[in-house]
Amino acid sequence: MLELMSGNEAIARGAWECGATFGAGYPGTPSTEILEAFAQYKGVYAEWSPNEKVGLEVAIGAAFAGARAMAVMKHVGVNVAADPLFTVSYTGTNGALVIITADDPSLHSSQNEQDNRNYAKFAKIPMLEPADSQEAKDLVLSAFEMSERYDTPVFLRMTTRICHSMGVVALGPRRAVPRRPYVKNANKNAMVPSHAYERHFALERRQTLLEAESETFAGNRIEMRSLQVGVVTSGISYQNVREALPEFSTLKIAMTYPLPHQLIRNFASQVNKLYVVEENRPFLEEEILATGIAVEGKQQLLRVGELSASALRRRILHRDSAQQPAVEGLPKRAPQFCPGCLHRGIFFLLAKRKYIVTGDIGCYGLAALPPYNAMDSLICMGAGLTMAHGFDKVVTRSGNPTTEDTEGNKSPGSATTTGPLSSASSVVGKPPAERVVGVVGDSTFFHSGLTGVANTVFNRGVSTFLILDNRITAMTGHQPDPATGLAIDRKPAPRIDIEAACRALGVRRVFRVNAFDLPGMDKLLEAETATAEPSVIIVEGPCIFTDRDSRQPTFLVDQARCVKCRGCFRLGCPAITIEDGEVRIIADLCWGCGLCAQVCPKKAISQAQPEAKP
Amino acid sequence: MTRERPTTNVFLVGVGGQGIVLVSRILGELAFAAGLDVKQNEVHGLSQRGGSVTGHVRWGAEVHAPVIMEGEAHYLFALEELEALRWAHFLRPDGLALVSSQRIPPVSVTVGGESYPEDVVERLTGFGRTLAVPAYQAATELGNTRVANIVLLGAMSTECAEFSEEQWKAAVAACVPAKHRELNLKAFDRGRAAAAAAGVLPRRADA
Ligand SMILES: Cc1ncc(C[n+]2csc(CCOP(=O)(O)OP(=O)(O)O)c2C)c(N)n1
Repeated sequence: MLELMSGNEAIARGAWECGATFGAGYPGTPSTEILEAFAQYKGVYAEWSPNEKVGLEVAIGAAFAGARAMAVMKHVGVNVAADPLFTVSYTGTNGALVIITADDPSLHSSQNEQDNRNYAKFAKIPMLEPADSQEAKDLVLSAFEMSERYDTPVFLRMTTRICHSMGVVALGPRRAVPRRPYVKNANKNAMVPSHAYERHFALERRQTLLEAESETFAGNRIEMRSLQVGVVTSGISYQNVREALPEFSTLKIAMTYPLPHQLIRNFASQVNKLYVVEENRPFLEEEILATGIAVEGKQQLLRVGELSASALRRRILHRDSAQQPAVEGLPKRAPQFCPGCLHRGIFFLLAKRKYIVTGDIGCYGLAALPPYNAMDSLICMGAGLTMAHGFDKVVTRSGNPTTEDTEGNKSPGSATTTGPLSSASSVVGKPPAERVVGVVGDSTFFHSGLTGVANTVFNRGVSTFLILDNRITAMTGHQPDPATGLAIDRKPAPRIDIEAACRALGVRRVFRVNAFDLPGMDKLLEAETATAEPSVIIVEGPCIFTDRDSRQPTFLVDQARCVKCRGCFRLGCPAITIEDGEVRIIADLCWGCGLCAQVCPKKAISQAQPEAKP
Repeated sequence: MTRERPTTNVFLVGVGGQGIVLVSRILGELAFAAGLDVKQNEVHGLSQRGGSVTGHVRWGAEVHAPVIMEGEAHYLFALEELEALRWAHFLRPDGLALVSSQRIPPVSVTVGGESYPEDVVERLTGFGRTLAVPAYQAATELGNTRVANIVLLGAMSTECAEFSEEQWKAAVAACVPAKHRELNLKAFDRGRAAAAAAGVLPRRADA
């Protein structure tokens, strides 16, 4: 049977067909739908872990126990999971362990464009890369088999266009794969230095076998067309080459690490000119050049962003597919907080107060863009809290550097003179530009915020932390997290109380506030940024996608009172617009949150009376 | 699958939340049900929150890339005027721009002081034939503005002879939730009527 499937759905299908029973991971565009789809199948266990390190470790546990297991994450998730990654490459897996990494060239929804092929080489873990949905399904099967045959974790690398493109897939039945028995073996599984030393040799032996495997791996295939030019390529770039340069011969690589060097040499000998076409880093190019084969990288001019078929045609054939240039000078359209979003009010206040806001990733990352302009930094998950602590230690309240000794002598009393209590007097009355708050969402708090809070308490910090709690991982498409009260199957799960967690970590000043109560939030911001000990403000409100019942009657603008000051536009609400010179609220979009009525200086905005139901 | 069948490219554009993904899926289902090879790409994640969004659907005997090359779209399916203009260069000279007469000013206009482009339909005819349909208004009249996308799809069906009206309707019915099926099929019919009433503007001779 055939079905139209995204690359992500095809991976889930492939894992199910080949008898995988276990999947763990953390959401992240473009990988999220893989685990969501896998969880739908019968006979499997799937979970959202709080972060990728946890996800990979539980999957390693499942593989050690003898299952076919997969860990799923976006490219930056592998950074978080890198610690177990490098060492499970030494131990091997007993059962099967497939790690799915989804890279995001062009940063459709990411903070960087890192090329995770480098992790394969770095950790000596074989890597497979599909070029469409059908191949994604096929390679998952290969990956599980390879993992068991060579006792190694196997990477499957996706990129956004493969993840989110639909293609025709031939479905197969599920095969039952018996669990491999677990046998105690500390020499192999417990990596104390002496054991790990021995396992490093085992890894090198395995590497030799995998190099041989790559030479005959069915997915690495030569397709001869013109003898003039041959292109070595893989993944989405293969499709773009076929589209833009249909005459060229291709060596399509499905096993990107280790590479089939003999096969490449063989292909090179059949064509006059050899090109490499790949996105992002010159990974294939450098590997091939290192073996002494002359190859011309065709992406030198494009290390940034996706290498589209249009771009390839322009760069290689010097021909533009477009007949006319794009219209220039059009107004940009950046994404915005949804109408009714809980993040709007708090960032409106932070912008007004001109605080330094060390931010984080989630829907609230949009606060870094106009018209909000209320986030100073965004690096990685968790850094919203930890960076605030670093900032505070330097520019504001704790560890006030007035005791600095220019002679370089250590001050025996420094611990007491820079503690939070002694710096209390320096806090009150700080100018807004020196007040710092750190911001994370609830999912991010459980991902990597807990250690940041512990750090601030432990190190006598005084930071003010905002936890924006919509009880869901909104940005990636509303996956449950430990604050939700549901598991991946949307059935009830224990809810972990953020307030109790912060108190348990030693924060005494923990507050909850309604995200639509501007005066209440404003008061807390003023008081807590002036307090000489750590505080946590939990800003609570629903995500309009997960709580459709939160919608209230729409608000309306009284044109007689409106002076068109555009103050309400600062809220950046898609429901507030200007038409025929009048400020209006689009009833269709308005969620009835009422923030606009709170900020209007002329009291020109009020809520429509709910219509009596007929 | 007929080997000779050339690939048809539909480039869909709009504002996050307007329902581009649903239309992409319906078009994908339409071609798939007809036994064609299909590739379809959609945007997930951040830009869905009211940003500029695009979708690609391609069908034919054998389709490679999921993303359409600039200047290769047979159809530009635009749910918003500014977005139509932003992506107009994807249209082939013999292509058709379908545009819903809806204007959603972005923040750069409402707050940033930039201006929303004028004469969008006129400017689109510089890129290809153009069919402008009051899809949002029709959807409002049907009592649910969310079906504006299906109104425009109905309009497109009158200009895409590759599939019969029954095939189109079957694809719509297959992709929308059962409880909204009737409304969506009504919206589809409204689009067909609106296309007939509006008529296709020719590509400007000076373009
Ligand atoms: C290491 C890592 N994993 C995953 C992601 C993708 N991602 C970004 S933010 C985020 C969580 C957002 O949830 P939350 O903090 O609750 O904020 P919300 O979007 O709900 O406002 C995720 C999963 C990432 N950027 N980095």
